[in-house]
Amino acid sequence: MHISVQLEAFDLGAVSADFARGHTDMGAIVTFTGIVRDLPDDPLQAMEIEHYPGMTERALRGMAEQAIARFSLGDALVIHRYGTLVPGEMIMMVATAARHRKDAFEAAEFLMDYLKSRAPFWKREITKNGSEWVASKDEDEDALARW
Amino acid sequence: MDVLYFAWVRERIGLPREQIETAAATVMDLVEELRAREERYALAFSDLSSLRVAVDQELVDFDAPLAGVREVAFFPPMTGG
Repeated sequence: MHISVQLEAFDLGAVSADFARGHTDMGAIVTFTGIVRDLPDDPLQAMEIEHYPGMTERALRGMAEQAIARFSLGDALVIHRYGTLVPGEMIMMVATAARHRKDAFEAAEFLMDYLKSRAPFWKREITKNGSEWVASKDEDEDALARW
Repeated sequence: MDVLYFAWVRERIGLPREQIETAAATVMDLVEELRAREERYALAFSDLSSLRVAVDQELVDFDAPLAGVREVAFFPPMTGG
């Protein structure tokens, strides 16, 4: 299992290749990457991400452990950045390795659903009109009911 | 105990963390104590449905007990991913 909460950018290709290596018994690797998206009406100058050091790592580790047990994964990875990011930058990624693709896909969705509303991160959008904390969405909370 | 604030809760209260001597039995008792302190606390804690709380880095409900707890954190609903 690999969990990282970091300021620096990550190299999606290198991380994915490293993750895939050494799992000869795993037939499926799924990766998901989240990107800072621009706002259509009010261009985004930056996105600031705050987190709760200590609790964040612990929460992500707990989610990854659950995903590994529930979907019989060979391995799981979560990288999430904090600090100031601009549109187009990668915010976070998850990777899952399973014997078959269904478990790998489902585990990645499970991790994303939990990460959205149970990992202590808070986003703030900065535009020329000022800055605003991103509000949580009911549908993100509802997504957890599926699991 | 250490009390931590994140995101707009931190901004409304005006500090990221503080040490508080309290005999509060539950998180809710601590919230009542803080609300009574000053307007900025009353404002930050005016609507608990828009707040989440963690005790020793685990999410809990507002009726959670505080006995033996070292760290309590208040923050808005999380927006990761």
